[in-house]
Amino acid sequence: MFEQLSRRLEEAMKKLRGEARLTDENVADSLRDVRRALLEADVELDVAKSFVAKVKERALGQSVTLSVTPGEHMIKVLHDSLVETLGGEAAEPNFPGNPTLVMMVGLQGSGKTTSAAKLANHLKEKRARRPMLVACDVYRPAAVDQLQVLGKKIGVPVHAEPGEKDVLAIAKRGRQAARDAACDLVIFDTAGRLQIDELLMDELLKLKKELQPQEIVFVADAMTGQEAVRVAKTFHEKLSISGAILTKTDGDARGGAALSLREATKARLLYVGTGEGIAAFEVFDPQRMAGRILGMGDVVGLVERAQERLDQGEVERLGKRMFKNQFDLEDMLAQIRQVRKLGSVMDIVGMLPGAGKLKEKAGEIDEKAIVRVEAVISSMTKQERKSPKIIDGKRRARIAKGSGTDLQQVNQVLKQYDQMKQMMQQFSKMGGKMKQMQKLMGARGKGGGMGGFPGMPGF
Amino acid sequence: MNLFSRIREGLGRTSDALVRSLKGMVGTGRIDEATLEDLVERLVRADVGIETAEDLVERLRKRAWGRAYRDSDELLDWLADCAVDLLGPSEPFLPSSGLQVVAIVGVNGAGKTTTIGKLAHRLRSQGRKVLVGACDTFRAAAVDQLEEWCRRADVPCVRQKPGADPAAVAYDAVAAAMVRGCDVVLLDTAGRLQNRADLMAELAKILKVVAKHDASYPQHVWLVLDGNTGQNAVSQAKLFHETAPLTGLVVTKLDGTAKGGAVLSLRKVVQTPVLFLGLGEKIDDLVPFQPREYARALFERSEP
Repeated sequence: MFEQLSRRLEEAMKKLRGEARLTDENVADSLRDVRRALLEADVELDVAKSFVAKVKERALGQSVTLSVTPGEHMIKVLHDSLVETLGGEAAEPNFPGNPTLVMMVGLQGSGKTTSAAKLANHLKEKRARRPMLVACDVYRPAAVDQLQVLGKKIGVPVHAEPGEKDVLAIAKRGRQAARDAACDLVIFDTAGRLQIDELLMDELLKLKKELQPQEIVFVADAMTGQEAVRVAKTFHEKLSISGAILTKTDGDARGGAALSLREATKARLLYVGTGEGIAAFEVFDPQRMAGRILGMGDVVGLVERAQERLDQGEVERLGKRMFKNQFDLEDMLAQIRQVRKLGSVMDIVGMLPGAGKLKEKAGEIDEKAIVRVEAVISSMTKQERKSPKIIDGKRRARIAKGSGTDLQQVNQVLKQYDQMKQMMQQFSKMGGKMKQMQKLMGARGKGGGMGGFPGMPGF
Repeated sequence: MNLFSRIREGLGRTSDALVRSLKGMVGTGRIDEATLEDLVERLVRADVGIETAEDLVERLRKRAWGRAYRDSDELLDWLADCAVDLLGPSEPFLPSSGLQVVAIVGVNGAGKTTTIGKLAHRLRSQGRKVLVGACDTFRAAAVDQLEEWCRRADVPCVRQKPGADPAAVAYDAVAAAMVRGCDVVLLDTAGRLQNRADLMAELAKILKVVAKHDASYPQHVWLVLDGNTGQNAVSQAKLFHETAPLTGLVVTKLDGTAKGGAVLSLRKVVQTPVLFLGLGEKIDDLVPFQPREYARALFERSEP
């Protein structure tokens, strides 16, 4: 989600490469670009200013070590400042208490109801909690139905009182119902409201006073603009929010709201919503997020996902063949099948280091193109797959017919195979760069697993 | 209450903040570099977007470079004029000849369903015969939400069960509207993020299937944008436009908090006209967009 910002920062830092020292002058230029990039990324103006000031102070105060260029050094400073601003170490909240009471609040359409269900599902599946959902949104038509449907889907009980308009009464009975059902965590879904709506804000305050919840979670849309700070601040001043969930991070929003939110409230960013499915919900990781902002990719996340879903033996075999330059169409097919297990192309590409430019291209791919590639390769003989060079015009026509595609598409697949070979060279280069980066950042264990991971097919 | 004061009331906070911020400018009283740079920053704070803010200020520069302004009110007047230039003329919508098919699209949580409820109410009170198609078969209870709005607006709603093919619902809704001799069909589609190729393909299919009734259908594709959205609004408009050529924009949640500034950006970057503004939660809180009134409201002189 931060790739546009990373691209801008990349550009800003490019100007610094080759300079020997960080001085007031050469830094000033890049900092102006950084500030502009942050503004374009929807970081709130004051937040952007103070962030840039922080980066500058750090950069000038430090001596550049001999092993890195000033540009790289600057990126490290930026990275550290970002991590710091976003909250330092990743840590999932404990939600202590029995029952733990969690109130979800936010603007209309930020994704409270969906996030409530996702959070319940996450805590139930990953943390062995016994959650209950309480439907306190009595204003939006069918909001109660929505929560009930979601609750049923994830097997979490929902306390709802269709027709009842007294939010406080619903909440109290909901809490009791949770105790009766021996649930150890209760999530209250509240109606979306504008922070300037005194009446509704007072309703939240009453709810808070009555329930004394351990967590008040502010749900924010990753696409929010300059308003993010004011909205979050007002909610914070009224309710003192304890944490935040950033939704719709699978979009291409630059997500400056994350920075603004954090700076404005100092509330922890807890989770991110990463897609439409209930399981598309992850613990917020400042390091990862900062890494993504700087275009270092979410390698850790990718590796984690790979470990979960891939056939490791197969991956290793493919990786070896790739690096030995023995990669043939048979391998490409096997690889496509493995990669598809990881998720959509957009998903994966977004996690790769330096993926800003790649992802632009990936946006043009529709997933069906991959199915077509699979069909084309499947229609080749073993021999053809092993040595693509033998595929002449006649064979191409046969393959096109067999796969239900046309000549052009077969040619395209063969071209892609060629491009892919080229790209692999890029990837090994990138691998080298990654190692350098990690040295710089102080490597984070799992991140080093990139070496054995096969690259993306070069569509 | 007339339209102008409604927009003004809705935009109240944006406009107040902006005007206050502009009035707070202490300069030489002359349009110079420092004044302009300061202006850009203030516009950015209103979500105008840096590119558009610079454009706007560039227009101001051409118009007023070196001129002394009497007071900040005069500066505001100049700025409003520049904004009107940028916004262009207001656009007509929904001709009343023949069945008008309108697909409502947008990202999750932008306010599509609510907008449809308000639109249906508005059109119906103008005496048009409206039908609504519930094509958001994905989000839990989206159809129920829409039906509630249809009940309030007193218009029929064509629906199927959850998980049904949205294209099929759209097709049925248009068929039903043709049979009943309706004037307008509003198709509610599921929220989708603009960078999701699979979901955009689904949208393309809906439009393609609707066109089977008549190649001109849907004549209108309106993108609903959350007024709180920052610069991503531009990406939304661009990418939706690639799949579903947009004919209009509806900007929602502009009441109270939202910053109208994004509207300026949109007009500049996307060539699609803004048709309506959503200014509140009530069924008649949707007003047609009037560039001149909007610009005036945004840069309104403070009352003496």
